[in-house]
Amino acid sequence: MKAVGNLQAPVYGVAAEFHSARDLYHAAEKIRDAGFSKWDVFSPFPIHGMDEAMGMKRSILGKVVFLGGLTGFLTAVTLQFGPTAFLYPLIVAGKPTDLFTVPAFFPIMFELTILISAFTAVFGMLLMNGLPRLNHALFNWDRFKKVTEDKFFVAIESADPKFSERPVRDFLESLGGDNITTIHGD
Amino acid sequence: MSEATATIEETVTNEEKAVVRPPLVLNKRTMGWISSYISSIIEDRTPMWWWVSMAITVPMTLMCLSLLAYLISTGVGVWGNNHPVGWAWDITNFVFWIGIGHAGTLISAILFLTRQKWRTSINRAAEAMTLFAVVCAGIYPALHVGRVWMAWFLAPVPNANGIWQNFRSPLLWDVFAVSTYFIVSILFWYTGLIPDLATVRDRCTTKIKKFIYGVMALGWRGGNRQWRHYEKAYLILAGLSTPLVLSVHSVVSFDFATSVIPGWHTTIFPPYFVAGAIFGGFAMVLTIMIPACALYKPLHDLVTIDHVNKMCKIILLTGSIVGYAYLMELFIAWYGGNPYERAAFWYRAFGPYWWAFWAMMFCNVIAPQLFWFKYFRTHLLWVWIIVQFPNMGMWFERFVIIATTLSRDFSPSAWGMFHPTWVDICTFIGTFGLFTTLFLIFIRFLPMICMFEVKAVLPEADPHYGEDHH
Repeated sequence: MKAVGNLQAPVYGVAAEFHSARDLYHAAEKIRDAGFSKWDVFSPFPIHGMDEAMGMKRSILGKVVFLGGLTGFLTAVTLQFGPTAFLYPLIVAGKPTDLFTVPAFFPIMFELTILISAFTAVFGMLLMNGLPRLNHALFNWDRFKKVTEDKFFVAIESADPKFSERPVRDFLESLGGDNITTIHGD
Repeated sequence: MSEATATIEETVTNEEKAVVRPPLVLNKRTMGWISSYISSIIEDRTPMWWWVSMAITVPMTLMCLSLLAYLISTGVGVWGNNHPVGWAWDITNFVFWIGIGHAGTLISAILFLTRQKWRTSINRAAEAMTLFAVVCAGIYPALHVGRVWMAWFLAPVPNANGIWQNFRSPLLWDVFAVSTYFIVSILFWYTGLIPDLATVRDRCTTKIKKFIYGVMALGWRGGNRQWRHYEKAYLILAGLSTPLVLSVHSVVSFDFATSVIPGWHTTIFPPYFVAGAIFGGFAMVLTIMIPACALYKPLHDLVTIDHVNKMCKIILLTGSIVGYAYLMELFIAWYGGNPYERAAFWYRAFGPYWWAFWAMMFCNVIAPQLFWFKYFRTHLLWVWIIVQFPNMGMWFERFVIIATTLSRDFSPSAWGMFHPTWVDICTFIGTFGLFTTLFLIFIRFLPMICMFEVKAVLPEADPHYGEDHH
């Protein structure tokens, strides 16, 4: 029974090591079929098709970014028409300042749409990933450092309703996992 | 019947695959090797050449900064700008540097969207180059305004007299375009760095390093529940950067094209500027990547001759587009029948700045034609020598567009020549020092090749690797 972290602390989950993207992929398919819900696979790079293997839907980030882009666009509309048409109409070369002059406002509308969309994409992604955070129970396990190099891991969390330490260990072993370890929190 | 056809098709595709898809990473390098080698560049002792290079570039940077301080304390007259050439080296250098940045975004965004997987080994360094080029570019518009402490007038807030900006001015569009470009490039670059910073964090041996890289990696764990949002974010950023990069140089060209100056007032400017930017940018990518790979020889397994070959082809293509644009400009100047336009182009080619025009023509149109020959695309020394022509030529192009045009206006009474001062010259030289210093710092402290993306293009990264059916 290998265990890491503060053994008095509650169990975070059980993790196993795999040696290739292929093994991890097939393990994920089986964990999905076994009906677990609070689990994840860890890899040094994104694995093509893993979302299906884990039974996950598309990320909703795209929709969030659309809202961000809309915000940027409306900001630009307000920022430009507010002063130009109402607050301080600036007559340049006798040109009108009304809505018919909209083409000259396009570049800034475009730029602010892109700017706020990009911010939403990055910070939305971090928020959805629960980042930034500097500690995590998985970091208590020394072997887990290899996840950013060339090893692959599976972790089934104790928060999963089907979690029970002994059967989960056996299950991960039956999938071909190595170094099966119980991870405790700090 | 149908079964037989299917089998034949399958054999053909498999064979074709074997023929047309050479491995992206040579010498069967493993994932472990990629991590250890690329991280070792920042983990090993600082090499001697790095100190020597810094000893050259840091004083150049300081020269640039002290001359900028001199300019701020004395006035913009220390530069040679004067009537009629009010935009001179400052805007030439601005457009030159910002154009260089475009190749980085092209590699990271457009080649990503078009699934050109070979980009993975060069995108990190190219994006860093983008940022540093934009830093160098930003100096000029910020300081050429003269009274630098008034530069906040560019920000969209009412000034001391309650007057707002003219949002319909291309100069304000430029402020928004360039600052958006810089910010989005930083976000894109940093997002790409997160998983690699986690790699460096996990390899760190000292507590201080572990803390610094740990904070920068934001607690990345590489779970698929993270990767799926991450990949989506990266895709969206690529999708946003693609129109952005095309817009930035278009907006820069609007600074000229929306004026009524003969030689500037042309609709060909936006596409021609964008093609020129990509052309000059790829030349700069090769200028810095070839020496970097020569210093770290094993990188040749990641940045292969095939990469260089492909980049040379892009230079050839964009260089030819630029050449076409030059000829089309000349043709329209003649065919359009506008006497001022004709005169402007006549002066470009045969006026007092004829040498700049023909230097531009030679460097941008003629010299890159050597890349039609595979020999010149695949021998690194030749490539490095040839890409210096686009580097110089693109500077001459901006000089020709700006200084030549302004020196010969409508009325001969307003004609005059531009002469750079020593401050002009030394500031420009100094920006190369700044650019190189930033790049050297980048090489030393951050992984200069995107490790996780290179791992993902290895054959064993395929979850069906070694299985019969895809």
